[in-house]
Amino acid sequence: MKREIKFKLNGEEVTAEVESHWTLLYFLREVLKLKGTKEGCGYGECGACTVVIDKMAVNSCLFPVMEVNGKDVLTIEGISGPGEALHPLQKAFIEEGAVQCGFCTPGMIMSAYALFEEKKNPDDEDIKEAIEGNLCRCTGYVKIIDAINAAKRGK
Amino acid sequence: MSFNIIGKKIPKKDAPFKVTGQALYIDDVELPGMLYGKILYSKYPHARILHIDTSKAEKLPGVKAVITAKDFPPHFRIGFMKDNPPLKGTKVLSTRDEIAAVCAISPEIAEEALDLISVEYEVLQGIFDPLVAMREDAPILHEEVGSNILKLPWRLVCGDVEKAKKESAYVVEDTFTTQWVTHCCLATSGCVAYFDVNNNLTMYSNTQIPSLAQNEFLEALTALGLRNRRVRIIQVTIGGGFGSKLDTYPYEYIAILLALKTRKPVKIVFSRDEEFFATSPRQCTITKISQGCDRDGRLTFREVEMILDNGAYTSWGATTPSVMMMPISSLYRVPNVKYTATCVYTNNTYCQAMRGYGNPQATFAIESSLDHLAEESGIDPYDLRIINANEPGEITPQGFRVTTCGLKECIEEVAKRLNWKEKRGRGLKKRGVGIASLIHVGGGARVYKSDGCGTIIKMDDFGKVDVFTGASDIGQGADTVIAQIVAEELGVPVEDVNVIHNDTDICPWDVGVHASRTTFVAGNSALFAAKKIKKKLLEILSKLLEVPPEDVAIKNGIAFSKSDPQKSIPLARALRRIHFTTGGSMLMAEHFYDPQNENLNKEFRGNLSAAYAYGTHGVEVEVDTETGKVKILKYVAAHDVGRAINPLLLEGQIYGGVLQGIGYALSEKMIYDNGYLKNGNFLDYKILTVRDVPPVEIVIIETNEEAGPFGAKGIGEPGLVPTAPAIANAIYDAVGVRIRDLPITPEKVLKALKEKNKG
Repeated sequence: MKREIKFKLNGEEVTAEVESHWTLLYFLREVLKLKGTKEGCGYGECGACTVVIDKMAVNSCLFPVMEVNGKDVLTIEGISGPGEALHPLQKAFIEEGAVQCGFCTPGMIMSAYALFEEKKNPDDEDIKEAIEGNLCRCTGYVKIIDAINAAKRGK
Repeated sequence: MSFNIIGKKIPKKDAPFKVTGQALYIDDVELPGMLYGKILYSKYPHARILHIDTSKAEKLPGVKAVITAKDFPPHFRIGFMKDNPPLKGTKVLSTRDEIAAVCAISPEIAEEALDLISVEYEVLQGIFDPLVAMREDAPILHEEVGSNILKLPWRLVCGDVEKAKKESAYVVEDTFTTQWVTHCCLATSGCVAYFDVNNNLTMYSNTQIPSLAQNEFLEALTALGLRNRRVRIIQVTIGGGFGSKLDTYPYEYIAILLALKTRKPVKIVFSRDEEFFATSPRQCTITKISQGCDRDGRLTFREVEMILDNGAYTSWGATTPSVMMMPISSLYRVPNVKYTATCVYTNNTYCQAMRGYGNPQATFAIESSLDHLAEESGIDPYDLRIINANEPGEITPQGFRVTTCGLKECIEEVAKRLNWKEKRGRGLKKRGVGIASLIHVGGGARVYKSDGCGTIIKMDDFGKVDVFTGASDIGQGADTVIAQIVAEELGVPVEDVNVIHNDTDICPWDVGVHASRTTFVAGNSALFAAKKIKKKLLEILSKLLEVPPEDVAIKNGIAFSKSDPQKSIPLARALRRIHFTTGGSMLMAEHFYDPQNENLNKEFRGNLSAAYAYGTHGVEVEVDTETGKVKILKYVAAHDVGRAINPLLLEGQIYGGVLQGIGYALSEKMIYDNGYLKNGNFLDYKILTVRDVPPVEIVIIETNEEAGPFGAKGIGEPGLVPTAPAIANAIYDAVGVRIRDLPITPEKVLKALKEKNKG
């Protein structure tokens, strides 16, 4: 059965008819065609689908779309400020070599984004805690930590 | 020699697309009218198929086609030994065997349709142990082959091992075993197949072998009665490779057939479950190894016998002994070598290439055994390695011609940074240090008839360069490295070089992204193409500047006279001048580079690679004797890379390799129980997280390989080759137990400690 929900997506108000069994990931990718958020496993273990809801990092593959009603959702497509091509985190991921195949990258960046929402000056332990649910098979994580630290310094 | 662009930490060209979510991976591809395919797999690891009923599935609204083995030509097989039918009609040999496939207007309907297909089986006794499969009375899995032992007689004999063994002062013998591990690419496998009105096929693919896949799909079309068709492979952004996409798979042929039946684009993308159980892992091995040395520690012989569980069908996994031979014959100087490997069919999953291609399994045995030999002979493991280290100019028993070799420097650097002399053999606080080295192909590897790569290069009216390369980018940064090489040679900014690498309609042939060959082979190809276009360019510029060609230089996109820098012209203007004139011309060039390396001959000898990469890893561990847990306190990875074209990407390869290697050593294992995968998910199959990252120090040794582009050798795979034995050796140093079976879990360490204390 379809129901209407209203929420903020990447700064814009969205009103949509959704099926109650849809996940947020399904809605983003298959209905809105926002393909930046990735599905790596579909059961909340890899973090590739991470988005930010009300400043918290969330696995969108497990999150029922109905639950975003009235909330503020940010995806990788919506983090750069108005008139900016790239958010400082995105710039840092590019410059520090934190990207290889790139499939984990949007989720990684969203987890780091939520971390900065919570803490202005996170230390390495905070960074590890923020991205411990985001799997990466290419980079060995070292340069991802470097990138998040670089973005912190650039803030 | 000083460079403008080579050796600089230049960010990856595709990173902006990846950090913004704009890069399109296979699951992001949508074509008008696209259908979704799903595959029905076998319920049993070994069974006869008595009957398949698809009638209910066909009637489900939204289903557009259902196919079974009957829809493929009866003798159509795929794989290295052509023993794998894309759909199995009479017999299944593993739980990943494909029996039927469906396509529908949504993935959900396709899934539902699978449930409506009924299959009647006669269950047969499975064979899950290669040693059992080798017995004379074992049931034969492939009747047409007539034996469970594959007809691949891997056998390398150099010198006289028996004699050397008798004459050795010290001899050790051990057996090592390794497990199945899987690539765990973050993006799952998939493709979109579609036929145009002329029955030409377009495949959106994440293959690592576009040119070979094109050939194999063409063969499939011919088998399906479509002769003289065209196949176009368009590579999407590839979400991880590591060797997993080095072959074509049943799902691709299934997508092709479904697309042909429906005349619609058909997409198949694996679920994570499928990615675990239906893709091909690194093969598990049983390795018996014996090595000896004389009183001075000089290696006298190495003898290795190996058994590989091939699984139910044959992909490239069965050919990994050809690479295992490399460290067995040529890691350290060893005059007498004997190696045999037997690949055996079982009802397990079938194996494939994975980063290192057999080298990690072989090196685990060699380097663990070497520490055993060090102990037996009373020689420090560091000294034993230095005594036997390879040197530039040597020819190894297998016939490898070693050009550059920084192995000694690697060993020395690692020992220095580990503080080896202080820390080794102390066992203080249950801490210990270990080292292990590697050799790998660093100048391509002639495993196919050609080891080549083509490049087409053109310059436009704005001074920008387009490079069409056969190379594939699987995230390692081939596009960036190629752009740097071309930019350096032409004297243009790296951002002015656009690299196109993803479409067989426009890119030249390449054998594939494997064997750590892309920087060396595709890099050289691009370099020689750039040299050709530069020659033309200098001739033109010489006329425009009215100076001799040898007096012309180009920097930052400006051409000038070296003797009179006042005389200059922007490249873009020069290019437009020669273009927009009567009888004008455009600047283009091409080059096909095939390295000077050799196929192994019938005795498996030959100079497989045009250059060899070396490295040494060292590790300090702390072992908790209460829990058996191994903690890595420090990790040093030293690699002879020839030349670091881009240290940023190079470090990325090494960090990533090391972490995969640590997973291989300590945590990763696919648990198969009677043919069924028991831990096919990210909860139970432990790839490492950010929590598991130890302090890693990278040491880059530059030996300037003459044959390499600007001196570079390959580095894609070496990062994980010596990791497991370095860790195993450190554990032995810490607590005196040697674990010979990967992964080194706390349970195994505890058990070994218990046994040691009993003894």
